Amino acid sequence: MDYVKLILLGLVTLIAAMAASWGHDLAYQLHAFLIMVIAFAMFIWVLRNTDEPRQADPTQDGIYADGVIRAGVIATAFWGTAGFLVGTFIAFQLAFPALNFDWGQPFTNFGRLRPLHTSAVIFAFGGNALIATSFYVVQRTSGVRLWGGKAGWFVFWGYQLFIVLAATGYLLGSTQSKEYAEPEWYVDLWLTVVWLTYLAVFLGTIVKRREKHIYVANWFYLAFIITVAMLHVVNNLSIPVSIWGSKSVQVFSGVQDAMTQWWYGHNAVGFFLTAGFLGMMYYFVPKQAGRPVYSYKLSIIHFWALIFLYIWAGPHHLHYTALPDWASTLGMVFSIILWMPSWGGMINGLMTLQGAWDKLRTDPILRMFVLSLGFYGMSTFEGPMMSIRAVNSLSHYTDWTIGHVHSGALGWNGMITFACLYFLTPKLWGRKQMYSMSAISWHFWLATLGIVLYAASMWVTGIMEGLMWREVDDQGFLVNSFADTVSAKFPMYVVRGLGGIMFLSGALIMVWNMWMTIRGAQPATAALPGASATATPAE
Amino acid sequence: MSERKIDDTTGVETTGHSWDGIEELNNPLPRWWLWTLYATIIWGIGYTIAYPAWPMISGATSGLLGYSTRAEVASNIAAHEAKNSELVAALEAADLTALDNAEGLRRYAIARGGSVFRAQCSQCHGAGAAGAKGYPNLLDDDWLWGGDMESIATTVAHGIRNETDADARYSQMPAFGDILEKAEIAAVVEHVVSLSSDDYDRALAASGSTVFADNCAACHGEGAEGDRAQGAPDLTDAIWLYGGDRDTLTTTVRDARFGVMPAWGQRLSDADVRAVSVYVHSLGGGE
Repeated sequence: MDYVKLILLGLVTLIAAMAASWGHDLAYQLHAFLIMVIAFAMFIWVLRNTDEPRQADPTQDGIYADGVIRAGVIATAFWGTAGFLVGTFIAFQLAFPALNFDWGQPFTNFGRLRPLHTSAVIFAFGGNALIATSFYVVQRTSGVRLWGGKAGWFVFWGYQLFIVLAATGYLLGSTQSKEYAEPEWYVDLWLTVVWLTYLAVFLGTIVKRREKHIYVANWFYLAFIITVAMLHVVNNLSIPVSIWGSKSVQVFSGVQDAMTQWWYGHNAVGFFLTAGFLGMMYYFVPKQAGRPVYSYKLSIIHFWALIFLYIWAGPHHLHYTALPDWASTLGMVFSIILWMPSWGGMINGLMTLQGAWDKLRTDPILRMFVLSLGFYGMSTFEGPMMSIRAVNSLSHYTDWTIGHVHSGALGWNGMITFACLYFLTPKLWGRKQMYSMSAISWHFWLATLGIVLYAASMWVTGIMEGLMWREVDDQGFLVNSFADTVSAKFPMYVVRGLGGIMFLSGALIMVWNMWMTIRGAQPATAALPGASATATPAE
Repeated sequence: MSERKIDDTTGVETTGHSWDGIEELNNPLPRWWLWTLYATIIWGIGYTIAYPAWPMISGATSGLLGYSTRAEVASNIAAHEAKNSELVAALEAADLTALDNAEGLRRYAIARGGSVFRAQCSQCHGAGAAGAKGYPNLLDDDWLWGGDMESIATTVAHGIRNETDADARYSQMPAFGDILEKAEIAAVVEHVVSLSSDDYDRALAASGSTVFADNCAACHGEGAEGDRAQGAPDLTDAIWLYGGDRDTLTTTVRDARFGVMPAWGQRLSDADVRAVSVYVHSLGGGE
């Protein structure tokens, strides 16, 4: 087995070395060099351990595989902070264009930092949060250790490598120019390998579960993993110009490409940021509240309705374009029918607090969960509303869209992730609770006010901008030039940046709090149900 | 594990399952939720009957209302044009210099021209027409190619130094870096500075005046007052297209400049070209 590994790693090192020297562009060469170094280091490591006697580790058998989750918790906090920092910086770049420094051109201009920000917060922060929590939840609710041995670690490190390749590629100008799917072909291929392994680990754990039924959180996680695999593969179908270069050409063209892109883009929101995070919600909210889930029936109906409807809603991103009217109508209609299925998750989450509402006064973590559900409900109402053609003709291309995305991303995804990190950190490192509960309250209020500043300023500037674009005089002539609308937005851009600073400050407080909690602590081991005398017996 | 029990707090039965201590209540679907879902579905069915929606084998259903986004925008444009058709015809036929007498037409031309300017011209000349480095200010009375209505209309229609219109205004300043010595360029720059400033080296400027007379006066005129027939700028008025400091002037003399403007007559309607000419003429410097 070691010899197979050695041959494979040696081959990878060799091919990467060739790629690094023959690469057509800097991003490709840098990535090949990075892969060469990693493969070579692993080669040496395997070589040094070859034919060494292996000690079976009996302590691993009866406990949950929590090491990879600990790594995921730290990675989530790290990438989140990095992503918020870049986001705040580019917010100020829009307010003060001089921040596109001459000395940083072209690497630090807005055009390259913007995908760095979106990918860092969605895929690095959100993705790590989803992988870590899904591994935690699927083990606990299945009553078994994670399937696949070290495959869980492969998923973690493979995903971090994907993030680094994507992020450095953006800065060096390697992009296929598809929003939220910017990485080039070889990075996409790598992510496909990692993602299918993730699916195998998750599914394998469910298959060997000890519980008779699959818990609702796992339905959502599974839907998220499978659908993202499909979206990723189809939207990234492309042909490399050369295997020694990063540039590739899309298989689809014209309006078909646009439709595929927004089928992907919208369902990245639907399955990555909604279904996956609902999986989190269904485990951690009842856990934190100490109450049963409000309605089993509602969870079934809204799950299937959400899964079925979301996939058709993408065309609402392409109203009034080359897209045929019929597709645009269907996108809008499915988006509006999607309103109640989306709200099903909010209702089930909020109503789970029945009998536990008093805890909101004392438990800042539960407060975060509730606020995240509130923002979830608000943005899943706003979304269908903005998909209506008439509303969209005002809102499209304006900052309203940016405000909508951020009320969902900061309010729903951000808040619920923070709450999960506060839930997980003490448990994974064997502490009773977080180092400072009042720091969590500070984080809560800073983040909340930050989101309010962000969303409110973007509503104001978005609607103002939309109205200015369509403003005509009594003879039907446009009143404003584009530059007029840009300069009118300046004060709101500053307010938005301040909101970003507040949100970022909250995250920094969280990082400090996690650091103080983890410092000096030993990783906790949690026994499987029925595995040893100390474990809690399965019901 | 599958034992149903009653939850004490709410009095609702559980489903009997428990995962890691999490149970589920057997609450029914909230009525208002269900009925709102039904309502959106019924509305959706109705909407897809009324509007183009369902893809068929060759094409899609066109909807009972016969709605189409393209038809809608086409009819909006047609209505706009029909409403102003008399004014458009009058504008196309009018003597632009005489518009003052036809107040309604002049107001229409300025409104239309302003709209064209904000959409097409502001990218270079600025939303307020104050220009930028390399792009002339259109608010003042310093004109490169002439500021009367006819000259402005010609500039707009044919543009400057473009390759698409044979009638484009054309002239080219030589790059004097190939012709003059460095010292000569420094001297002529000093001379040009002296024309509109008190702060200059008198000896150097004096020697530069000879260089100017030999090399520049043919186009810019002996008094450096410029020549609109060939777009040669007036160098005495302290208004600069690229900048009047010594460094910028040195670059201009050494490398020359070659500002280009598109031929808008090839992109805009005749009425638009006329309207935007009237608008620019009205900004303050029109002659």
